[in-house]
This record gives sequence, C-alpha cells and structure tokens, in this order.
Amino acid sequence: MEELTIFLVIYGTLLGAFGAAAVLVWFERRLLGFWQDRLGPNRVGPFGIGLALADVIKLLAKEDWVPPFSDRLVFIFAPTAVVITMLLGFAVVPYTEHLFIADLNIGLLFFLGMTSLAVYSVLLGGLGSHNKYALLGGLRSAAQMVSYEVFMGLSLMGVVMISGSFSLVDIVKTQAEHGWFVISQFLGFIVFLMAGIAESHRLPFDLPEAEHELVAGFHTEYSGMKFGLFMLGEYLSLILISSMITTIFFGGWLGPSFLPDLVLDFVPPIFWFFAKTGTCICFFILLRAAIPRPRYDQLMSFGWKLLLPLTLVNLLITGAVLLWL
Amino acid sequence: MTVIQVDGQEYEVESGANLLEALLSAGLDVPYFCWHPAMGSVGACRQCAVVQYANEEDTQGRIIMSCMTPVTDNARFSVATESATGFRESVIENLMLNHPHDCPVCEEGGECHLQDMTVMVGHHDRRYTGKKRTHKNQYLGPLIGHEMNRCITCYRCVRFYQDYAGGSDLSAFSSRDRVYFGRAEDGVLENEFAGNLVDVCPTGVFTDKTLSKHYTRKWDLQSAPTICVGCAQGCNTYTSERYGEVRRVNNRFQKDVNGYFLCDRGRFGAGFVNSSKRIKQAGIRGEDGLYQAVSLVDAIARIRDMIAGSQHVVGIGSARASLESNQALKNLVGEDNYCNGMADIEREMHSVIVDVLKSDIATPGMREVEDYDAILVLGEDITNHAPRLALSVRQATRNRASEMAAETRLALWQDAAVRELAQNSLSPLMIATPTEDRLDDVATLSTRLSPADIARLGFAIADRLRGNPQSGSDAFKATVDAVTQMLTDAKKPLIISGTSTSNPDILRSAANVAAALKESNKDTGVCLCASECNSIGVALLDNQNSLPALLASSPDTVIVLENDLISAMTTALQQQLASIKNLVVLDHLDNATASMSSLILPAATFAEAEGTYVNSEGRAQRSLAVFSPGHLGAASQIDASYHLLDAIAEKTRTSSEVRAEMVAQSPHLEKVISAAPSEDFSVHGSKVARMSHRASGRTAMLADVSVHEPQQPIDADSAMSFSMEGVQQQAPASLRAFTWSPEWNSNQSILKFQETVAGRDRFGESGALLLDKSQPAMVYDSTVQHTGGLIPQHHIFGSEELTCHAEELASLMPQLYIKMNSHAAKQLGVTTTDGLAYQAEAQTLEFQVVIEESIPDDCLVYPLIPQTRCLTGLTDAPLARIDNWEPPAAPVAAQLITTDRAN
Amino acid sequence: MLKAILSQIISLYRICLHLFAKADTVQYPEEMPYLAPRYRGRIVLTRDPDGNERCVACNLCAVACPVDCIALQKAEDEHGRWYPEFFRINFSRCIMCGMCEEACPTYSIQLTPDFEMCEYDRQNMVYEKEHLLISGQGKYPGYSFYNVAGKAIKDKDKGEALNEAQPIDIKSLLP
Repeated sequence: MEELTIFLVIYGTLLGAFGAAAVLVWFERRLLGFWQDRLGPNRVGPFGIGLALADVIKLLAKEDWVPPFSDRLVFIFAPTAVVITMLLGFAVVPYTEHLFIADLNIGLLFFLGMTSLAVYSVLLGGLGSHNKYALLGGLRSAAQMVSYEVFMGLSLMGVVMISGSFSLVDIVKTQAEHGWFVISQFLGFIVFLMAGIAESHRLPFDLPEAEHELVAGFHTEYSGMKFGLFMLGEYLSLILISSMITTIFFGGWLGPSFLPDLVLDFVPPIFWFFAKTGTCICFFILLRAAIPRPRYDQLMSFGWKLLLPLTLVNLLITGAVLLWL
Repeated sequence: MTVIQVDGQEYEVESGANLLEALLSAGLDVPYFCWHPAMGSVGACRQCAVVQYANEEDTQGRIIMSCMTPVTDNARFSVATESATGFRESVIENLMLNHPHDCPVCEEGGECHLQDMTVMVGHHDRRYTGKKRTHKNQYLGPLIGHEMNRCITCYRCVRFYQDYAGGSDLSAFSSRDRVYFGRAEDGVLENEFAGNLVDVCPTGVFTDKTLSKHYTRKWDLQSAPTICVGCAQGCNTYTSERYGEVRRVNNRFQKDVNGYFLCDRGRFGAGFVNSSKRIKQAGIRGEDGLYQAVSLVDAIARIRDMIAGSQHVVGIGSARASLESNQALKNLVGEDNYCNGMADIEREMHSVIVDVLKSDIATPGMREVEDYDAILVLGEDITNHAPRLALSVRQATRNRASEMAAETRLALWQDAAVRELAQNSLSPLMIATPTEDRLDDVATLSTRLSPADIARLGFAIADRLRGNPQSGSDAFKATVDAVTQMLTDAKKPLIISGTSTSNPDILRSAANVAAALKESNKDTGVCLCASECNSIGVALLDNQNSLPALLASSPDTVIVLENDLISAMTTALQQQLASIKNLVVLDHLDNATASMSSLILPAATFAEAEGTYVNSEGRAQRSLAVFSPGHLGAASQIDASYHLLDAIAEKTRTSSEVRAEMVAQSPHLEKVISAAPSEDFSVHGSKVARMSHRASGRTAMLADVSVHEPQQPIDADSAMSFSMEGVQQQAPASLRAFTWSPEWNSNQSILKFQETVAGRDRFGESGALLLDKSQPAMVYDSTVQHTGGLIPQHHIFGSEELTCHAEELASLMPQLYIKMNSHAAKQLGVTTTDGLAYQAEAQTLEFQVVIEESIPDDCLVYPLIPQTRCLTGLTDAPLARIDNWEPPAAPVAAQLITTDRAN
Repeated sequence: MLKAILSQIISLYRICLHLFAKADTVQYPEEMPYLAPRYRGRIVLTRDPDGNERCVACNLCAVACPVDCIALQKAEDEHGRWYPEFFRINFSRCIMCGMCEEACPTYSIQLTPDFEMCEYDRQNMVYEKEHLLISGQGKYPGYSFYNVAGKAIKDKDKGEALNEAQPIDIKSLLP
C-alpha cells in the first residue's frame, strides 16, 4: 500500500508537472495579455486553453533538426539535462504532511544541488551549438547561475538555523509553531526570490537568452522538441521555485492562521499548497509584465553588491537572535 | 589674382572676371538666370543682386548686379545681407507671378534651374492674386517642345540661338509683359544646335521632345559618361536609360572638347539603340535563306567550327567600333588578316590626318579653335560633317570683337556691349566648298569650287606662302592672294579640312598650307575632321592592310565587325563578298551586310558596352556602358563585340585586359589606358553609381515579371555599378554619371564640379591626347589625283550610319535630290521638274533635280543618306533622265526644314 | 536605491491593476475595428470630377517611396494630357507609410482604410493600374489638377484654367 502511494505520487508529480508546464504556456500569455490590455490567446478551445495542447503537438511534430556544425552529442544531451534535474527537484517537495515522494533529511540541499546541475544544460547547449550567440548566452548563464547559487543557498540558512533541519517537512512543521518564515526571514525571502528568478532565468533576469542582444541566447540553434524541452525546463523550474517559496517561506500546506478553525478544518491542506504556489507563479508572470530587463553588469553588481551583503546581514541577525534570545 | 571681401571673408579670385563668376567659383551660392558661363552677362534678370560697400565705414551699401560688376582689389561685398536676399527673393516672386502650376507635368521638373533658384532664395508663396498671363505654343519640330507659359524672359534662348549659334529663326517678339520667344510661324527650328535650348533655358519653355515621348525624371535615369558616336569630334555626353531603353542624351562638360554645347545629331541621335532594327538574337542562316535564332553558345561553337574548317580567316574592323572591339578582332584573326574596314580612299585620307596629328603643327581641339583669329576652310562641310566644330568656328570669328573690346578695355563677359561695339566686324573666315555652307553668313570670303579645284587652291596657297610663282586664271590668283594675305596677317591662323568630300587631295593641300604657314608663324593650327567616331583610333591601330586586297585573297571565313560594308561598296566588291563561304557579322542594326551573312551576332551599341574612341584631334576617350541589356528579366544575348570575339577565341577578358594587350602590341597607343580609370578604381573603396541616390521603383519596375527582385547586374569592365550603390559625386569626370550637386539639381550644377567657372574639373579630367607631336610636318606632292564631279553632300540628320535610325532624325532626313548648276542641267537635258535615275545592281535610286547656280561646273551633288551610301567612292555614275517623273511625298517635318533652310 | 526599488514596486502594482481594465483590442474579424478615413491602408488611384484619371505621371510618389515599390511610366494623349502608361505598386514591399499620398500634387494617389489584402501567392500582391484605379474622387472631392495647371489639354485651352488671362496677342503693339 505504501509503495502504491509512492508510485502514485511519483507519477502524479510527473504528469502534474508536465501538464502544468504546458498549461502555463497558455496561462502566462493569457495573463500577460490582460496586463497589457489585450485579450491574449483565446481562439483554441474554451478560453484558448487548447493552445497548450496545440503547442505541444506543434513542438512534437516539428523536424528534429540537429545543425550539422554542432557538437551532436552535447547538443542532444543539453536539453534533457534541464528537465531531468528539475524533475528530480520535485522529489523533495512536500505537498502535504504526508504527501511527498521523499522526505530527505538533506531535502533542502538536494533541491539546491539539483537546481545547480541545471546550469550544465544551458552551458552545454550554448557550447554544443557552435554559434556565437549561443556561446555568449551559455557563458552569461554560467556566470549568472554560479553567482546567484551562492546567495540562494545562504539565504536559506536562516530558515535552517531556526528550524534546525534540512528536511522540508520539518521546515514546514516548524512554521506551524513559529509562524511563516516570510515574516521572520523577510530578507532571506527577498534574496531567495531574486535568486530564484535568476536561477530559472525568467524575466527580468533572462539575460542568457536576451533576444534583443543574443537572438535567443543559448537555444538559438534549437528547434522542435529539443527547444520544447528547454521551454519545459524553464516552466518546471518556475513551478519548482514557486513551490519552494511556498514550502520554505509561506508555510507549505498550512492554511493562514488568521482564518477561523472551521475553514482550516474544512479545506484540505493540499489546496493551500497549490493556491500559494499558483499565486507565486502569477507573481513571477507579473514581474515579466512589469519590470524591464537590466543590463548584464547591473545584474551581477546587484547580486554581489546588494544581495550577498543582505544575506550575510540576515545570517548575522538570525544567528545573533538565536544565540541571545 | 584679385582679393575681394565677401561678408567679411577674403577670397582670392581671378582678375578680370565678373563678380558672379568669382562668387560661384569661390563656392558661394548666388542665384542667376541670364548669365551663362559660355555666353557672358547681360544683366537682364536682376537675380544675382548683391550689396557692394564703398569702404569699411559704409554699412548701408548699394545693390549691384554681380554679373555686371568687375572684381577689383579689396572691393567689399555682401551676399547674405538682408537687403540683398530680400531683393533676390522679390525678383523671383515677380518672375513667378505668371509661372504656371505646371511642375508635375513639366519635363524640366526635378532638374529645373528655376526650381533650384526659387528654393535658394526662399520664396514659397504667391501673394499676388491676379490672373496669370498665358501664351499660345508653337510647333518647333520633332525634337524640341515649346511651352511659352513657363517663360521668365531671361533672354538666354535668343542669346544662344542668334548670338552664339548664328540662327535666325528664333527671336523675341512683342513688348512689355507680352514678350514672346519663338518663330515667326510654326516650323522646325533650323539651326543645328537648337537642342541646346533645352539646356540653356533655365525652366521648361524648351523641352526635349524625344525624352518627353518616354519621359523619365532625372533622378530615375541610369546614366553613364559616354562619347558621342555621331561624328569624329568625340563630344562628351551623358546617355541615360530607363526600363532598358535609351531615354536621352545630355551634354557632359569637357573643357577641351565640347564645353557646354552639343549638336542636334549628338543630342537626339542615340534613338537608334531602341530601333526596331536592332539585332537582339544570334542567328544562323539556313538553306532557305532565313535566319534561325540560336543560343549564343551554339552560335559561337558554330563560328569556331567555321574557323577550324577554314584555310584563311579574315577580320574586317570598323571605324565606328571601339578600339577594344577592333583589337579583339585583330587578336582573333591575326595581324596580317585584319584590316580596319576603311575603303582605300578613306584609308588614304586618314593616313594624312594621322601624319598631321603626329607632326609638330598645332592640332587644336574644339575649345582651342575658338582662339584662332583667321580660319581657312578647305572643302569641309563642317556644319554637317563635324557639327560641333562649326559652333567653335563661329565663336572664332568673334576674335575681332575681342580685340576691339580689349582696345576699349571692355571686359569680354560684357556680352551685349561687346556685340554692340563690334557690330558686324568679324575675324577672317575663308570657306572653299563645293556647295553653299552654313557658315557662309560669318565668312569673309566664300567660294564655290569643285573638290579638285579646292585641292588646287590649297596647293596654290601653299606655293604662294613659300613665294613660288603662280599659275591659273586671274580670278583664281586673286583668291589665292586674298587668302594668303589674310593668313599671313593673322596672329593665329587655322586651316580646317576634312573627309566630307572624300577627296584626299584636299587634305594633302590643307596639310601643305599649314606646313608652309608654320614656317613663318609657329602658332599656325590645322584641324582635319575624320569620318567616324573612331576613324583615327583604327587608323592608329592598324592601317597596313587594304580591304579590297584582303577580300581578294580568297578567304573562306570573313568576320565583319560592326561595319555595313555592302552598302558602301562597289558592285564588284559586293559580289566578292557575296561569294565568301562563311560571312560572320557582328552588328547592332539590321543592314545590307548583316542580311548577307551566314551567321550574325548581336553586338552591343555604345550604350551597352564600354569602349575607347579616338577623335579627330587624337584624343582617346572612354565611353562607358549605360545599362546592361540583360537586366530586364529575360537574359539578353546582346554583348560587347570584344566579349563576343573573345568568346570565339575561348577567352574571358575585361575591357582593360583587351586594352593591355593592345598597348603591348601597339605601344604608341599607350595613353589609351589613361583615358579613364579601369575597373579596379574606387573612391574610398566604393564603385561609382550610375543611378542617382533618389532612383525610384527598384522593387516594382520588374515586379510584373516576377515579384522576386533579381540581383543588380555586375559590371566587370568598369569602376561603375549598375545601381545607386557607390559614390555619387566625387568621381573623376570620366566616371561621372550625371552632374548633380546638393541644391543644384539642374545641369547648371556643373559649376560645382569645376575648379573655377568653365575651368578644370575638380575630380580629374577625362580623356588623353594619344600622340606626341614630335615629327616634322610632311609636305605632300601637289599633284591633284582625284577628279570627278559626283559629290556627296553631308546632312547633319541622315549622313551618319547609326544616328539616322533614330526615329526623329529619320523624319528630318532629306529626300533624294541631285544638285547641279543650269549648265550641267543643260548637258544632262533635265530641268527642276525632272527626276534622274541611278541604276545599280540591286536597286534604282531616283533623284529630284535641283538647280543651284552656285554649284561649280561639272559637279553633281547628292545627299549622303543610307540609300546613297553605295555611291561613296564613285567619281562618276551613270544617270538617266526619268520621263513623267512624280516626286515622292516628303514627310511634313522634312519639307518644313528644307523650305526653311532654303529661305 | 530605495526610490528605485519603490518605483519597481509601484510599476508592479500599476500593471497588476490592468487586470481589471477593458482590453483595447477587439475580436477581429467578428468585430470590425473603427478605422478613420485617413487610416493608411490599400493605395488607390482616384479620378477627377470629370471622371478622368487624376494621375499625371509626375513620378513624385515613386521618388518619395522609401521602399521604392512604385513604378510608372509617363505617356501623353494627343491633346497633351499626361497620364501613366502603366502604374505598378508592389504591395509585398509597401509599408503603408503614406509618403506617396503626401507627395502627390494632384490628390490622385490616396490611402484607404482597407488593409485586408493578404494573398497566398506573393505575385498577386503586385497591383497594376487597372487594380489601383477607382471610379471616384476619394477623400478630396472637387479637385482637378489640370484646371489650375497652365498646360492645355482636351476641352481646356490656354487661358481657360483657373485664374488665367486669355492668351497674349503677340502682334499687338499697344503699350
């Protein structure tokens, strides 16, 4: 029975993540449309949701083209890496207290490790394409991810210090007593948010593909389903980062404590998890709609000169508070 | 040099110039209308007003007309002060009161001096609300349109037509604001230089009808610097194309050659390029005598087979083909089997001209001719045979006026004053021709003699100059004395002769006169007019082999390059040519030789191929391809003759490689290379554009064929591009496709390309004189060898082989006539109502008899037109009276022009 | 620094509010947008009040065209009236900038509010005179260029245009 549950959760996660990523393609464009006073894609199926399916069919039906000048093996491997690492990242996400694939005692480190591995995908894609735009995109991506990796990890250390565990289930449980970490670890939350955007290279930090300068950056040469995998990876990382933010800072499956107990008892915990994750995704899309892309040097100085000191300050304060109070 | 101060800045200007010239030379923009660099000032339009200050304290100044003001040292002027600009604007405003709202439907629009000047002064609003005066237009012939409403009464047209070109049928009529420029009644403008009215008129009163028929704005024309192929004078022209057709020919200023003016043959004669007689396909004649169109590759393969199967291959060049084409032919058939295509008599005449060109006697170009103060014309019908030279001769007769002006310290640019002063005083011009001459009106002495007598006169003058005893009649001796006196009195005497009477004796006698005169006066000049655009070139290239001798050497294959041999041949030679097994012809237009050929190749005209031509003064000048015939969708087979001939020889060479080979074989032609830059020339790494930067319709002009735009054709032969890509203005004159400068859209913009007004080119002159004049002058034997009374009369429209196929010029061609005096008529038993028939092998020619008493005894004068080409070289022809003869109806325009000229 | 961060947050807020704003776009083609008469769509050639072609083939539209997609050739009827022998617009190049209309001195060439001119074959985007010429006067009724120009055409001799005096009798000697 136990094994069947795990089996179901794994496949549920797999299908759910893929499905959500596909629907996000449509959802993001629709939402962007509203924010830009347009209607957005609304022609295929009800509200245009069929666009998600149409997009998938299109990508699958396209010619599987490998440019003759590219490094064939690397070129094919690169897009698969990002999807694999992101999907592995979902292994440690606790949907509820009991619903998860694995509650590792190093869950947080595993998540960080997996997101770090995703950089290979972008870097190899850029290198293997043998294209100057792709190479530039790959280089930018490597520098950006290596830099933001640092504060991403450090920003979570406050949380770990308070909850005393790397297990994500434990972290959520800590929040049930302690209150959501978004309040006590506000600085950590801000830094993690920024680093999350940079890690998933979403707008406004999508410099590796910056179409104004680099055509399409590291995936300039990609088309068909290989390009589709990069897209998928990006949306998966969006969902993963959002669920991590939910889990770590917004109390995961816990309902808001100011609501009456009746409501909290009535509404299943998984709803809270998905509702929070969804809101977080919408916020990411809003960022894309509202904030322009910075220059590359601005991005780097923002990271090293602002986020790193902030993280360190956060750690110091958290440490001090834990020691003396 | 004189230093003047304009708006506080000092300028060094040429002394003796007028202020307008000085300001324009200094690069300042001053508007003007009536002043013309070649015609001087009259101060009629009041447009060039500037302010002159008396001294440093003077702040008020007074308005003066800059064209009427001589420059003096330290004089102070202002162009930009408000009183001057205001004055100039009000002048334009007044001129524009009656100017119609015509610009969109005016042929001058876009290259209009009036538009330029209006924009320059800033006038933009017609405040006057009264009615505009209007005028009726006149029919001025098939070449020039008339739209009097647009006139601003600057008087440039009559000043050019009457004063400069000597015409009498265009004048100013009526009074006050009714002034009208036109003829007394509708009719063809009779002057041979009437076409210059189009250039001279600052607005659209006189327009080019041949352009208007398929009108294209200046900015849309693809142009190239070309050399006129109408005669041997080598005038520089711009030829312009649109949609694969030659649209117009325009004057290209060349200081030493044509200056600002062209003759009407040159300006309106290029229509032959668009002729329906164009050969556009390679063709092989089948058994049935009809031509089968074949691909160029097949045709060339067939020619190679012909050559391979032949014992003896002969190449006949042409005096109307470029040096490059002749060289390629010479290279293909070998030096011993090549001749330059001239009949023996032509060869003889041109060897005299070449000898004179090589001698140390001055052989002036057309600009220099204007400096000679006594001219003797021996037998040459300048106006019809070398037309542009006649305009120079006419100016030379004004040297007396210049002298008188110098005596009274009158500046030469004071045109009206100088003419008033001189009245009818002219420098001596002596003309000895068989028929009445168009320059007779300015001649001091004009005598009608048969060609042989003209030669005798020449030899006698030479003898007289050397002090030898004289023989002959008293009248003859008196003429000799008078001419000799005038020549010895002159400071710079000039002898002009040429090939128009086809008599080598006349040329020899002219050379002898010049040589004799040279002994006493080293400023003596001689000017011998050659026959065709490249006669001197091919005479220099190779003048060894005789055409009849080569044809008689029983060749199996004869390659004829751009030469209509048959039409100009005697029957015996025609039969010889007809019996040849393989006759290969390269030509532009269908003609008698082409229709006798066994294989024909479509040769490019001057407008489609680059080529070098050598004019009568030995100046090599490069003519560039105007357009690539293949660029309009379907690939064209038309190609430069030298490319076609090279293809037969299995070579692919650019024109400069052909020239390099030519110079290697004939080192005396070395300077041909420096006539213009070759294809590797560039300005800042760019080629020179043939189209203006405003050329329109690039993505639509061929869209009816295919919406996918073809690549622009590549010009491997020259440093110019067939597009608007490349430099537009900074090119040397030999690569300039048009004169156009910011704010100066009309042809007046030429002054922006000159170092000083009418001076040297800022970006490099074009052309190169080929010969170093080192040999001592030859003295020829004074026996007269050529006698005979059948004399060709050249006609500006019709006597040149190609230009007579231009539609408009063909309509002005004379009818067949034969002129004689009443004595000769009596001998032949004919009167003016009769016809005379000439019976030749293939055709019969019927002539109208015209009796003209001035024609010398025993002389019969016929018009040299395509039908009568077979008579050239004949001294006598069997003529039979036709009974009950009805003269053919002449075209209206031709009728008008003959009657007008007779009056 | 703070100001910059605040400004980002304000823009986030403002953009977010647009969720509740009405869309500016419409459901074309079910719902047709309103296009003003001076909208720059398909180009037409118009006629003057007498029903003659207004175009006088002056070439100004062609030279004004930034993509060089207009080509035409002038012809002249027996009475001296200029008209285009052919007039071709390559709409596959046209950018509907309206410079040709600005340049036209006779109000002949006009842009219309029709923009629905897609084709499956690019060649069909090449419009000749017969496709361009309409029978009406378009946006500028009443104007006839030849009525103000000095050139004589059929049924309008010298001196008969607007604000023109009768032709001068050049034989008159009156002062």
